Amino acid sequence: MATDSIGNVELTDSTPTDATAFLIEPPRKRTKTTAGRRSRTNFEMLAWLFMRLSGIVLVFLVLGHLIIQLVLDGGVSKISFAFVAGRWASPFWQVWDLLMLWLAMLHGANGMRTVINDYAERPNTRFWLKVLLVAATVFTVALGTLVIFTFDPNIS
Amino acid sequence: MSTPTIDETAAPHSAALDAAESGKVELITITLRIRRFNPEEHPDAVWVDYQLTVDPKERVLDAINRVKWEQDGTLTYRRSCAHGVCGSDAMRINGKNRLACKTLIKDVNPEKPITIEAIKGMTVLKDLVVDMDPFFQAYRDVMPFLITKGNAPTRERIQSEEDVQRFEDTTKCILCAACTSSCPVFWNDGQYFGPAAIVNAHRFIFDSRDEGAEQRLEILNDREGVWRCRTTFNCTDACPRGIEVTKAIQEVKRALLTRRY
Ligand code: HEM
Ligand code: SF4
Ligand code: FES
Repeated sequence: MATDSIGNVELTDSTPTDATAFLIEPPRKRTKTTAGRRSRTNFEMLAWLFMRLSGIVLVFLVLGHLIIQLVLDGGVSKISFAFVAGRWASPFWQVWDLLMLWLAMLHGANGMRTVINDYAERPNTRFWLKVLLVAATVFTVALGTLVIFTFDPNIS
Repeated sequence: MSTPTIDETAAPHSAALDAAESGKVELITITLRIRRFNPEEHPDAVWVDYQLTVDPKERVLDAINRVKWEQDGTLTYRRSCAHGVCGSDAMRINGKNRLACKTLIKDVNPEKPITIEAIKGMTVLKDLVVDMDPFFQAYRDVMPFLITKGNAPTRERIQSEEDVQRFEDTTKCILCAACTSSCPVFWNDGQYFGPAAIVNAHRFIFDSRDEGAEQRLEILNDREGVWRCRTTFNCTDACPRGIEVTKAIQEVKRALLTRRY
């Protein structure tokens, strides 16, 4: 710790340096270089915009989906292989479900990215959690898309 | 008209009015529950209670001063102007960020212990003193100074009343950090610029005399910039200057969105 002529302790970048001193550190402090690591893209802005736009569309898709699946025509008990096969025979419901799959997955994944950015402190933890998130998202979106397009109502 | 005299049998006064008129004060006993942290003794902070008799119309800062002067001289905190101007005594009082010098004891429920702790999300150096360096680093990173091109005019840079109103609100900031240290995004991720830096960027982005808006917007467009804001309004609630902090942040977001699209 630097001390000036009148005995005032001057805070420096490395304060405090004496080994006996404790500190209560917050997670992830800002440093001089934080603003230097710039990406110069609009990714964060587009992600922010996407959350709002996909949210608006999801209100209709998800509420419609829930009402059709769980409320109308006897509710959840009517859902069977035949019911699903019947709906996916129509391109309208195929597009509906495809859109819902993609929007909800990307929206949810980007939301989880926000949560990771919020709560994971160490750079390594942040990186691997995001790798896991991307893998899970790509897998689910790919599998769902594949099923919607290749669904065979006469499978034995 | 007769000369006004004090008539003991006149309409009854309330006790409070009586006290105010006679200059008498009704003292009350309060407990300050302060989160103490001594970096040379223990790695953890502890809550310590101090009892004192005060006039409830005094400020929390007065009570803290009395603790330091009369009970425990080791209590460490920042304060300077004591009149809400310098921004050095932002602290968490009963869980809410305020300036101790602008908060009256009667307004923070003195029947119960009044909790006082350092603002959150910053390194605690001792008791209520935090390391403000990262906070001012974020402030510096948005370039809080006039940026212009060409030669300086020989006379002042003229601005209409309307032009001033565009950013007047954000000129009131005293850099107390009450907003930034009330933001849950900042608590978890101190790399986020935080409301105060954005407020001070706003002050120049919307100043008609300034020509650095594009640069500042570009800085705030990045990972730790305005898009991390989740509109929780904690900053607006916390600001002792009554700045509409969340609104300022939204205006920067809107400026970014409408800049090119
Ligand atoms: C039903 C209509 C929906 C609307 C209107 C909506 C809207 C939003 C908005 C605007 C945000 C951003 C919040 C912010 O940045 O402050 C958000 C975040 C989020 N959404 Fe949605 N959403 C909807 C459905 C969904 C669905 C179906 C999922 C899951 C697949 C989901 C998962 C998330 C997650 C994980 C976050 C991040 C939470 C956070 O920021 O802490 N949302 N939502
Ligand atoms: S915007 Fe308000 S709360 Fe934030 S630093 Fe400025 S004066 Fe303090
Ligand atoms: S001591 Fe200056 S703002 Fe409170």
